[in-house]
Amino acid sequence: MRVLDPTAEHAPATRERAARPASLDGHTIALLDISKARGNVFLDRMEMLLRARGLAVERYAKPTFTKPAPIDLRHEISTKCDLVIEALAD
Amino acid sequence: MNDAQLPDGLVAVVKADCPTCAMVRPVLEGLGAHLVSEDDDDGLARSYRLGVDTVPTLLRVEAGTEQERTVGWSRERWEALTGVDGLGVDLPPSRPGCGSRTQDPGVADELVARFEGARLQSRRVELSTYEDDAEAMFERGWTDGLPVVPPTETRVLRMLGGTTRAPDEIVTVVPPDLVECTVEKVAINAVMAGCKPEYLPVVLAALEAACTDEFNAHGVLATTMPVGPQLIVNGPVRRRIGMNSGVNVLGQGNRANSTIGRALQLTIRNVGGGRPGGVDRATQGNPGKVGLCFAEDEEGSPFEPLHVSRGFAPDSSTVTLFAGEGPRGVVDQLSRDPESLAGSLAACLRTVQHPKLARRYDAVLVLGPEHGRVFRDAGWDRVRLLEALDERLQLPRDEVLRGAGGIAEGMPPDRMDDVTAKFRPGGIIVVHAGGGAGLFSTIIAGWANGTTGSQPVTREIVP
Repeated sequence: MRVLDPTAEHAPATRERAARPASLDGHTIALLDISKARGNVFLDRMEMLLRARGLAVERYAKPTFTKPAPIDLRHEISTKCDLVIEALAD
Repeated sequence: MNDAQLPDGLVAVVKADCPTCAMVRPVLEGLGAHLVSEDDDDGLARSYRLGVDTVPTLLRVEAGTEQERTVGWSRERWEALTGVDGLGVDLPPSRPGCGSRTQDPGVADELVARFEGARLQSRRVELSTYEDDAEAMFERGWTDGLPVVPPTETRVLRMLGGTTRAPDEIVTVVPPDLVECTVEKVAINAVMAGCKPEYLPVVLAALEAACTDEFNAHGVLATTMPVGPQLIVNGPVRRRIGMNSGVNVLGQGNRANSTIGRALQLTIRNVGGGRPGGVDRATQGNPGKVGLCFAEDEEGSPFEPLHVSRGFAPDSSTVTLFAGEGPRGVVDQLSRDPESLAGSLAACLRTVQHPKLARRYDAVLVLGPEHGRVFRDAGWDRVRLLEALDERLQLPRDEVLRGAGGIAEGMPPDRMDDVTAKFRPGGIIVVHAGGGAGLFSTIIAGWANGTTGSQPVTREIVP
């Protein structure tokens, strides 16, 4: 029997992860708050620790955790930063 | 031979095992008609393209274009079409033809797949002869946990016959993977859900509604709360496709009710990539997430139909999407006046999500016909009922503040006046449905409302 694929097709079975950097030195790190309660507490602490190591940090927030990040926000993060740390869930 | 080569003059489509075809053969030879025989492959293909359903079919062609046609044998009609008198004088004046081979069981589906299959863009997946086709659908991760109908080319083409929209038309962008979804992909998932072709326009409208920013299908999918998209259908389409708005309206047993909502959920799963345990993070979910869809009983309703109250014409067909959890019943078998019944309904509506939480959640009130009769007899319209509910759903501060009654959950002090309304304006959707016996109604509680949650969305269903 031959059937038609009901999926989006373009999604490969497995998605390659971006290569992990050997070190954080010289990288700009995005801290993304998805606007869930107390995500900022976690990210404040991360920012403090990263800056103490002399790393460049940019803070971002999604307008709401219930919807995907706006495309402009995704674009800004991808052009200004090399790594993202995201605070998920509360 | 293709359509461009249709010879001018007379063309007759015939087949060997048709007695009428055999009878008129000398007449056709006398006329010098070009014969198209369904007994050979080219002739069958030509007959299919000409849309012939009865043989013999006699056509008159000019400049490669059909001018007129007649089916079976009728001396009068053949003489009119050919302009030749005295045809088949030794034959009876008329005789019906036979069914075209293009309509034979098996042949019809094979021809559709052969000639229309190229219109389909989706990747073909060959199942091994050693695979059970139903099991193969599960193994590929394409089902919601229930069996699906394997989406063969023939079935998908038949499904696409339910809409005038082109297979490659983009319907919308489906979350969570934000995939552009074609009519064809929706048709594939509608086949799998068990839909008939005439349901497809409802599924398409529902998908469009789900993927609006207002409805927020992404959030409805991703939330830990137990909600899913629920569909309320209004207008003439309900009867046309045989939907249930009566006995067991929210239950099993009606094909349209059971498969339309499922087709939407399968599309979000398969095209959008939204799967339980993936982006779907529901703590517990609810059984309606397989696909809950029902029709309003407009004819028996004491109120104007839901879609009319939402600004659509009475003769339009619509689907209204609501992000709802599992339905729960309201029992009031004693109220015979509207004040008393409104009190019962309000008391039950107060428990939506939590008796001490307000304004954050909407609800659908499915008014049963025996409850509806109480309001009809009293002359109440929808607005009057909603006002009565609102009056009874003003929550006093000392009952609902956090900590009140020894319960930590409740309204934060900074968001409370002396009283607060349980529901925001427009936060209760009243719809009339159910069987004729039973003094019961049903409440379906909603997810977070407002711009970061989900708003009910109504879309017109177009062919």
